[in-house]
Amino acid sequence: MSLIRLTGVTRVYRSESLAVRALRGIDLAVEAGEFVAIMGASGSGKSTLMNILGCLDRPTTGSYILDGEDVATVPRDRLAQIRNRGLGFVFQNFHLLPRTSALENVELPLLYSDEPLSWSEIHDRARAALEMLGLGDRTGHTPAELSGGQQQRVAIARALVTQPRLILADEPTGNLDSRTSLEIMDVFQRLNGEGYSILMVTHEPDMARFASRIIVLRDGLIRTDRRIEPRSAADAMAHGGDDLDAELEMEIAS
Amino acid sequence: MKWSAVPTMAVRALRRNTMRTLLTALGIVIGVGAVITMVGLGEGARSEVEAQVNRLGQNVILVFPGARALGGVSIGGGSSNTLTVEDALALRDEIPEVVAASPEVRSQRVLVYGNRNWRTPVYGQSADYLRIRQWPIESGRMFTEEEVERASLVAVVGQTIVDQLFEGSDPIGETIRVRGLPLTVIGVLAPKGMSLMGSVQDDIVVVPYTTGFQRISGRSHAMVVNVQVYDEGSMDIARVKIIDLLRERHRLAPDQEDDFTVQTQEEVAALATETSRVMTWLLASIAGISLFVGGIGIMNVMLVSVTERTREIGLRLSVGARGRDVLLQFLNESVLLCLLGGTGGILLGLAATRAIARYAGWPALFSMEAMLAAVTVSAAVGLFFGFYPAWKASRLDPIVALRRE
Repeated sequence: MSLIRLTGVTRVYRSESLAVRALRGIDLAVEAGEFVAIMGASGSGKSTLMNILGCLDRPTTGSYILDGEDVATVPRDRLAQIRNRGLGFVFQNFHLLPRTSALENVELPLLYSDEPLSWSEIHDRARAALEMLGLGDRTGHTPAELSGGQQQRVAIARALVTQPRLILADEPTGNLDSRTSLEIMDVFQRLNGEGYSILMVTHEPDMARFASRIIVLRDGLIRTDRRIEPRSAADAMAHGGDDLDAELEMEIAS
Repeated sequence: MKWSAVPTMAVRALRRNTMRTLLTALGIVIGVGAVITMVGLGEGARSEVEAQVNRLGQNVILVFPGARALGGVSIGGGSSNTLTVEDALALRDEIPEVVAASPEVRSQRVLVYGNRNWRTPVYGQSADYLRIRQWPIESGRMFTEEEVERASLVAVVGQTIVDQLFEGSDPIGETIRVRGLPLTVIGVLAPKGMSLMGSVQDDIVVVPYTTGFQRISGRSHAMVVNVQVYDEGSMDIARVKIIDLLRERHRLAPDQEDDFTVQTQEEVAALATETSRVMTWLLASIAGISLFVGGIGIMNVMLVSVTERTREIGLRLSVGARGRDVLLQFLNESVLLCLLGGTGGILLGLAATRAIARYAGWPALFSMEAMLAAVTVSAAVGLFFGFYPAWKASRLDPIVALRRE
């Protein structure tokens, strides 16, 4: 059974005079353990698709089966629990709470969990997630005291802390320099190696190159969908590399 | 969700903007403080009214000239001239239950002593007036029946006169002039403090009514007759007999209304208590308005806070917060803000009540109930005025909220 199965998903935004068809019929299956990059120009529908995949929005028509549950029609509160337990979000601008320690930022999703957790369990799980991201010595730091890369790793720790089936990353390297972007890609590849499924929206082809599957959207439809041999972020960091596969770049750009 | 995390979240949010939090809470501090002060003063005033009514004397009946006004009573009216000195003496002499009756006349006069003068109410009364009022003499003596009969030029003065005219020195034996009449001071009254209406009761001169009527006030009729009855059980009988006797003396036909008004001490007490109760309500209502304004301040700040923290709300929704979790979080903040203000308001109210009570010479009364009510009311204000902003926050669309800059 697929982790994600979208069938005939459309999303139409209606205003008074016109209807904008952001998604025009998406069929997509993602298996557990995949690392998928979703690409596309702005207006291609990738943000809309991400919102639907993240259970922040519901399709106008079509079905969305996430981990065996049809989430296209469930009520708002149930969606909130699905987001809490099943999904982890990583955003372009991190979305950490200001003046709040890294540890408390990571604890946040656990506070909204249905699972009855004691405070010591909450602290332990948040600390473990931060340690996994190499931030064991930064738990008391506030976002202002952390670098951009460190902030994004705190955000990734926050996405992991509920042990979700799927991590959704929306332009996770958009606000980071290339060196730090490689670090984040390395983190994603390691998490993917540990069995986490990752869906990443990006407009940077050299970031998409670290995924194992690239989906390109255009005008609300999937234009290409292909599996690739992912490039190793660890190697790229070791070689300083900007040597993106020219053939792939052309294909994506077309 | 983890409920025990909610208060911590609220404290953190409020500390993020300390100045704003304090200023917003100040609105509630003033509101709650005002309510507590007004209720406290009202309670103090009421107990003072009761004390004063008791000081009116024991088993006292007041007879006023003029008919009873519709729906109420005009105290100290004195506008009609229907009660004479002879009426007062007849009450005392012909009704066995009546042990004392003092025809009263009151007028504002300037007292002169040496090169000093002082304007004060001068009362004409009978020799047993102080007994009726249960007002002790501090030094010297009260005038006697003989002095009343002879219309002696003697006076008993209150503490204020001693302070103002004699600068605290012993006035007994000294002579003061009122309208050119030389009055010899023979006694000083024990100090009584301020009355409810803010007048100083010690600012008083008492002279024999014989002197007071013609020679000082120029009036021929009593403004009120203070009657003392033998004991409490005789009050009702005495009342009936007073009415009968006065009707007979005034030659009123059976179909004519009384041209005087009889009021027992209890009736005066009820009226005064009612008046102070109405006053308390009025003051507390005005104070309540300031609490309401404080609540609007809370609502305003919470709305600003929700707008400022739209992205935070979006994040919370995206990591699994339900609408009601967000609602609860913001409600908690506004309630906490109000409780903070409520606590400050109680302290402010206690201080203000104490200060005003000391100035006015009333007892300062605060009840545990009033404080509990203040806390409950401020929490309710927080809930009421915090609900709309919190509800607005809980209805945000996470996608829109996350993208808000």
